[in-house]
Amino acid sequence: MADEKKLAAYICKGCGLGDRLDTPQLMTIAEREGKCQVVKEHDFLCSAEGVAMIRADIESDGVTHVAICACSRRAKVEAFNFNNVAVSRGNLREGVIWSQPDTEERREVTQEMADDYVRMACAEIKAMRVPEPNPNHGSNKRILIVGGGISGMTAALESAKAGYEVLLVEKTGVLGGWAAKLYKRVPDVEPFDGPVDTGIDALIDVVNGNSKISVHLNSTLSRTSGAPGQFSVDISQESGATITENIGAIIQASGSEVFDATKLDNLGYGKSPDVIDQVQLEELAKAANGGAIKRPSDGKEVTSVAFVQCAGQRNPFDDNMLDYCSGHCCNTAMKQAMYFKDANPEVDTNILYHDLRTPGNGEDFYRSAQQKGVTFTKGFVKDVVVNGSLNVNFKDAILDEVTSMEADLVVLATGQVPNSGVDIEAAAAPVEDEKGDEQTVAAKEEGVSVLNLTYRQGKDLPHLSHGFADSHFICFPYESRRTGIYPCGPVRRPMDISQAIEDATGAALKAIQAVENAELGRAAHPRSGDLSFPSFRKEGCTQCKRCTVECPFGAIDEDEERYPQFNEGRCRRCGTCMGACPVRVISFDNYSVETVGSQLKAVDVPDEFEEKPRVLVLACENDAYPALDMAGMNRREYSAFVRVIPVRCLGSVNTIWVSDAMNSGYDAVLLMGCKRGDEYQCHFVKGSEIAHTRMSKIGDTLEQLNLEAERVQTFEIAITDVDRVPQLIDEAVKMVDEIGMSPFKF
Amino acid sequence: MSNSNAAMVEKYRNNFLKEVEANVEEGDWVKMCMQCGVCAGSCPLGNAWDHPPQEIFMMIRAGKREDVLTSDSMWMCTSCYNCIVRCPRELPITHIMHGLANYAHRLGIAPKMNPTRRFAKIFWDNVTKTGRANELKLSISLYFMDGIVAGIKQGLEMLPMGLDMLKTKRLDPMCLISHTGIKDTKGLHAMLKKAREIEDKRKGLAS
Repeated sequence: MADEKKLAAYICKGCGLGDRLDTPQLMTIAEREGKCQVVKEHDFLCSAEGVAMIRADIESDGVTHVAICACSRRAKVEAFNFNNVAVSRGNLREGVIWSQPDTEERREVTQEMADDYVRMACAEIKAMRVPEPNPNHGSNKRILIVGGGISGMTAALESAKAGYEVLLVEKTGVLGGWAAKLYKRVPDVEPFDGPVDTGIDALIDVVNGNSKISVHLNSTLSRTSGAPGQFSVDISQESGATITENIGAIIQASGSEVFDATKLDNLGYGKSPDVIDQVQLEELAKAANGGAIKRPSDGKEVTSVAFVQCAGQRNPFDDNMLDYCSGHCCNTAMKQAMYFKDANPEVDTNILYHDLRTPGNGEDFYRSAQQKGVTFTKGFVKDVVVNGSLNVNFKDAILDEVTSMEADLVVLATGQVPNSGVDIEAAAAPVEDEKGDEQTVAAKEEGVSVLNLTYRQGKDLPHLSHGFADSHFICFPYESRRTGIYPCGPVRRPMDISQAIEDATGAALKAIQAVENAELGRAAHPRSGDLSFPSFRKEGCTQCKRCTVECPFGAIDEDEERYPQFNEGRCRRCGTCMGACPVRVISFDNYSVETVGSQLKAVDVPDEFEEKPRVLVLACENDAYPALDMAGMNRREYSAFVRVIPVRCLGSVNTIWVSDAMNSGYDAVLLMGCKRGDEYQCHFVKGSEIAHTRMSKIGDTLEQLNLEAERVQTFEIAITDVDRVPQLIDEAVKMVDEIGMSPFKF
Repeated sequence: MSNSNAAMVEKYRNNFLKEVEANVEEGDWVKMCMQCGVCAGSCPLGNAWDHPPQEIFMMIRAGKREDVLTSDSMWMCTSCYNCIVRCPRELPITHIMHGLANYAHRLGIAPKMNPTRRFAKIFWDNVTKTGRANELKLSISLYFMDGIVAGIKQGLEMLPMGLDMLKTKRLDPMCLISHTGIKDTKGLHAMLKKAREIEDKRKGLAS
């Protein structure tokens, strides 16, 4: 391909570009400096006519690389979508004329900005290759579902309905999960006024009767390896036999356990059989089957019952308790109080809560519970004294007094604990042995793995917080950091039946998206459809393992010779490995150390006497770059001394770019990425965080160059920071004014 | 303790909520309160109340019968209807407050010297006598409700205003002698008597 490279640059004169900029000069630059064989301008490049002109050049003139110098790469994506050519975009509209005032004194610097963006677009295509699909792709489209509860069965049915074959693995001997243990469920249909049938038996029958779904009961996964479209799993059966199956994508619906109420002995659990949790009450209700519920100790019909909400939950002060709200327990308590009220309205039912949370139609359910005479008392339960009778001592938060109530039965709302397997981050905390090699301590592993992944980075999905399986909670709820594996249901976050059903449907769609993209050798998401994939030059690799450790998605394993082994199917194309590599041997066809490096070097840096500093911005294309575009759309002005290069993720920023920029005479480098940490907004979860860590260590390098540390700054930018981004740029230019120009200008 | 009160205590034992539901106007609604506190925050006289409506509802549910019925809180309600307008659960709070006040009064355990209660009683007696309010007599009854000395004192205080009203014909001194009531006063009295009989029978109150 390299020999046939033919570069073309197109300069648009529409949207006011022709009026504000000297386009003949831009064409000369593209031709002389950009070395483009074909250079054309057009009055309205994104029009059918303009696009046809480009297409004609591609088809009849053999153009392979196209630099479109017009609007932002985020605009007119569909018009400038050409197959089998490499495309770069010079952002002359949002990035230049819309962000610069149309005044006489700014005309010169505005033109310089446009000149540079044309140089950069030409330099970028020169370093690009036309991306081709991943050749190591799999095309298996079967979907494996781990867990046969309501989430798992829903995901199975939804996948089967969409025409995909499903394998459902359930560790117990029956389908149904927790839902099958309920007497009735919280209503999901009008008029939301009382408990309704769970419908679980019908659902189980449908699943069992579906020819596309094969169910494995009493089975667990003992090994999972591969990538989307080509997973291989070992299913261990009760008999001891193991079968191996090939799978396209996996949905993890391993659900939750009930919080261990024995930790709540202050609430009387374990001291009296009449203090029970919500699951035990469901058993009593099932036994009563609509009749009077009898208490466990002596079989007496219950005449008064106290529901203690948030038992062992929402307590960040005690390590043994849950920090979070499990979400369903308020509705569940109301439903259970209705079991009593519906059987006998004379039964005294009291729900002791601190904050009642009944989102959505739960509000109607709450009203119905009040109408049925369930008493709601806002208070903080201190303890339950077991002394022949049960006395619940609590502080009434409305009447501001300590008081107590007697009850035949006390029901504790204990909440959900995710069944998310091994905490791989805790298990893999590295310790160094004498040789300096990292070793993992097996003894730290707690719990039983659900997936038993053979991935280098651990056996299960990473946990996000409180032990819940990771998912990209802010943008892509079902996407975990393991491509092709989608958690849904309460393993992902606390939820009730209705939410779990919705969640399972979403996860099924994600799984389908993954297998379909895998078949075409493309990225699954969030860069869905991206053909490029990382490759590395083995001869140059020093086996430092930074790429394998830092990959947020566990896509890189190690082969027997300890070289990185890329699993392209698992890769999300963020480029974090490329940013990590100290010897710069990792690259994508259309995104590499060179594509960005040559752009920043293409910029014309004026000497220091011209008093025109240059500030390089490496902006994450997901949030920071759109924020800059929007600043342009809103005509927010910023300094003309800035040059912006979009990057796939801040994690892909290789420190060589920063030192190259410094050596080329830039006065400052700003890195703009997404919010990091527990509340991250980074599309690639860890990319921004890793970049911040790397950049915190760049001070030494700058010191060696005798440069001030503040010349390199890293920011967390949200897509809404439209006003803040221009401010940051202007502040950086002001900072350069104060500390002086870089001494590295030639 | 009055007989009615004793009877009610006996009848409902410790279930005050049931008693309120059965005997207090709009008492059915008490259980629907969700303790958001919007009524308490909306009441322009809120700081004059010992217990805001929200708290009264909670006290009813907690069975604090004595505290609720002898409280003067609900007597403070001026019927501005702010709470009714704002209640997200659409409770007729104003009506419930009046219902509670009336019930406490009927049981004979409402605070005896509460000015609202005394005014209400004087007004009722005044208006039911002839079926039409006699304003002059009402004012005089109010001035003299705390005795002759206090009545004369207050009457003298209001004398200038009374004379002004006389001049502008806003006050008819003849009312003292010949107040024109409705045509069928007897019929009205019979109606009121019957209405009370029905109510008492329904609530089980000994009249």
